[in-house]
Amino acid sequence: MNAGAGRLAMGKVAAAPRQEARPRTFDNPVRLRHAAVLGALLVFPWVASPFVTFQIGAQSLALGLIALSLTFLGGYGGMISLAQMTVAGIAGYMVGILGTSGTAEVSLGWPWWLVVTLALAIATLAGTFIGWLSVRTEGIYTIMITLAVGVAFYYLCLQNYSVFNGFQGFQQVHPPKLFGVNWRDPLPFYYLVLFWSLAGYGFIKYLLRAPFGVALQGIRDNPRRMNALGFRVTAHRVAAYAVAGFIAAVGGVLLVWYNGLITPNSAGTSWLINILIIAVLGGMRHPIGPFIGAIVFVLLQTFAIDLIDRERFNLVIGGVFLAIVLFSPDGLLGLWAALKARFTSRSGSSTPGGGNK
Amino acid sequence: MNKRALVRTLVSAAVLASFSGAAFAQQTVKIGLLATLEGPFAAGGADGMRGAELAVKQHNGMAGGKKIEIIKASSDAKPDVAVNATRKLVEQDKVDIMVGPLSGGEGVAVKDYSKTQPNITFINGSSGAQATTLVNTSPNFFRFNTEGAQWMVGLGKAALDKGYKRVMIIAEDYAFPYSQVQGFMAEYCRLGGKVPVKAWVPLGGKDYASVIARIPKDVDALVVVLGGADAVNFLNQYEAAGGDKPLIGGSITVSQDILNYKGKRRDSLVGTIAGSPIADAYDAPEFKAFVADYQKNYPVSAGGYPSPSLFALVYYINMKAALDALDAVNGDLSGGQAKYREALQKMTLKTPTGDVKLDSNRQAIGSTFVTEVVKDPQGNLYNKVLRKVDGIDQMLGMKKEDFKIGSRDEPNCP
Repeated sequence: MNAGAGRLAMGKVAAAPRQEARPRTFDNPVRLRHAAVLGALLVFPWVASPFVTFQIGAQSLALGLIALSLTFLGGYGGMISLAQMTVAGIAGYMVGILGTSGTAEVSLGWPWWLVVTLALAIATLAGTFIGWLSVRTEGIYTIMITLAVGVAFYYLCLQNYSVFNGFQGFQQVHPPKLFGVNWRDPLPFYYLVLFWSLAGYGFIKYLLRAPFGVALQGIRDNPRRMNALGFRVTAHRVAAYAVAGFIAAVGGVLLVWYNGLITPNSAGTSWLINILIIAVLGGMRHPIGPFIGAIVFVLLQTFAIDLIDRERFNLVIGGVFLAIVLFSPDGLLGLWAALKARFTSRSGSSTPGGGNK
Repeated sequence: MNKRALVRTLVSAAVLASFSGAAFAQQTVKIGLLATLEGPFAAGGADGMRGAELAVKQHNGMAGGKKIEIIKASSDAKPDVAVNATRKLVEQDKVDIMVGPLSGGEGVAVKDYSKTQPNITFINGSSGAQATTLVNTSPNFFRFNTEGAQWMVGLGKAALDKGYKRVMIIAEDYAFPYSQVQGFMAEYCRLGGKVPVKAWVPLGGKDYASVIARIPKDVDALVVVLGGADAVNFLNQYEAAGGDKPLIGGSITVSQDILNYKGKRRDSLVGTIAGSPIADAYDAPEFKAFVADYQKNYPVSAGGYPSPSLFALVYYINMKAALDALDAVNGDLSGGQAKYREALQKMTLKTPTGDVKLDSNRQAIGSTFVTEVVKDPQGNLYNKVLRKVDGIDQMLGMKKEDFKIGSRDEPNCP
């Protein structure tokens, strides 16, 4: 079982089965950690410039949300799907097709609430369908089949003109102006993405301790035994894909609003793999991992060119990724756990149980 | 435990705070330079940067009495990446003027972004989508290079002069080839040529068998608007299928890849005509001086090309416009850069390929070349200048109300 999943601060989970008596005050370090991070996230846009708020903050959170769906599937369900960006792309395309965009001939211009609902529904369905196709495979075959679905969708977008508008995709896809707020301004957009990221994070943390999540982790560790115990392994896995599909769809809608456009390349092979990189970079053993991975990824993408001039900056990006994966197979979270273990053992106190999966 | 969590919070707060950039006044003008240093156009992007740097060098790093500081960024020809990189230059590095991007889709996206930054002046890099300066135009986006459709003007007449009365179009299926085909057809159809079949093929397609099977017997020539590798693939397969029609090329079709082609039909490439904003063999003194300066600054041993590419020339032109206008207003960027923009709008820019002026949409009115492939005494193929056409505007000689942006079905003359 995952060590991190056992410690929760969300109020509604306090009644979860584990019966350790936990004080409800800030003496609890996990609770304090959550409060500190939440505080920092809320204060962040008031400290940082609009650029950092929007491009670093909001983009990281949106990408992190999509990668969270992969962490949930991969880290807790044992299924590495490369098609999570495809699901996000489907949601983004639906926003462009059903809503308003610069391509008035294709876009239908429906009201935003209908567009978002349909986009989430269609993308979640697509995610479930991809899951239904791939759950009977294991390991590398799952990766292969989801990669195939992702590439097929890329070429569909690239070559279909009547619906997906081909190579050019959709420009000027913006969030609605609601309650007198332009939701694409850095501050409102950051809080919008932050809200959904926190919701996604909280939801996954809750789900992991609910019977469904525990069963899913059981299936990850030993599907045959779970089957023998009477659990329907396939149904659980497809349901996990549905949940992951919905999370990726929310991320996809936010991402298309962030970019203001969507093209086939937004769901191309490089992005399918980038999502995997983000998830692995952060670490797959805790739902916070993908968000940490996304921050590192976006910071590198944005600032690596300042570190080393001219045409070689991709070397820095690749080098950092390689170093993290090489020195810590568990990503940045693993690095953190290793450091913590070292410090606590040096100071003589009992070692925490982090690190085992 | 409490103390450690507190330290952690403080550290993260400090990290966050350090990211918030600070603006400061200076006697330098910061210019952001965006080109593709990654992805399919990485080589072209690097040469574009060389062209822009050359313009700065020729100004000795000064314009309007102020020092010029260039801050570079890279994209990979994807619009979302280009906007992210531009946003970083404008909002984080606080550039005053922005030069870029390289490709068409990026240009449209950066133009859309420029509307949200009314105090910064955006000058194009080498992007050549028609829509950038025709649809939903931005008051602070300027383009001193001609675009894809303008590059093909003059080619329709040259084709008819060669006796090609009916042609088939084979082009990639996105905005840039649509523009190129329109530039060719607008003139060709007006002068009486016929285009019975248009084949739109996917970008980066490998198999042209179905397209080759569709070539009618009664066409006189093929208009091939394909990028480097696609063009070589097509030529190989067309040769294998026993094809023998003469070719008419787009602006990026008859590149060095094609001229180095080693197939049996190599000699049949002689006589291929094409439209392009740059011609290596153009012998005007300004152009020769530009080529010599490029070769001196970026010799082949230092990674330069034997002769500057289209990207180098176009980035050079746009960067030169940015610097010349700074000279004209003595570096005055006050008042939301109003004077500077007026200078840009009104200037007659001296470029290596002739004078350029802007129209009311801030789009260049300039020159283009019709080239023809010929064989030199050593047996090497090169592009000879057949004709130079001046004063081409974006309407391609049509009235504003008759003009429609090129697409799969526009224009049409079967």
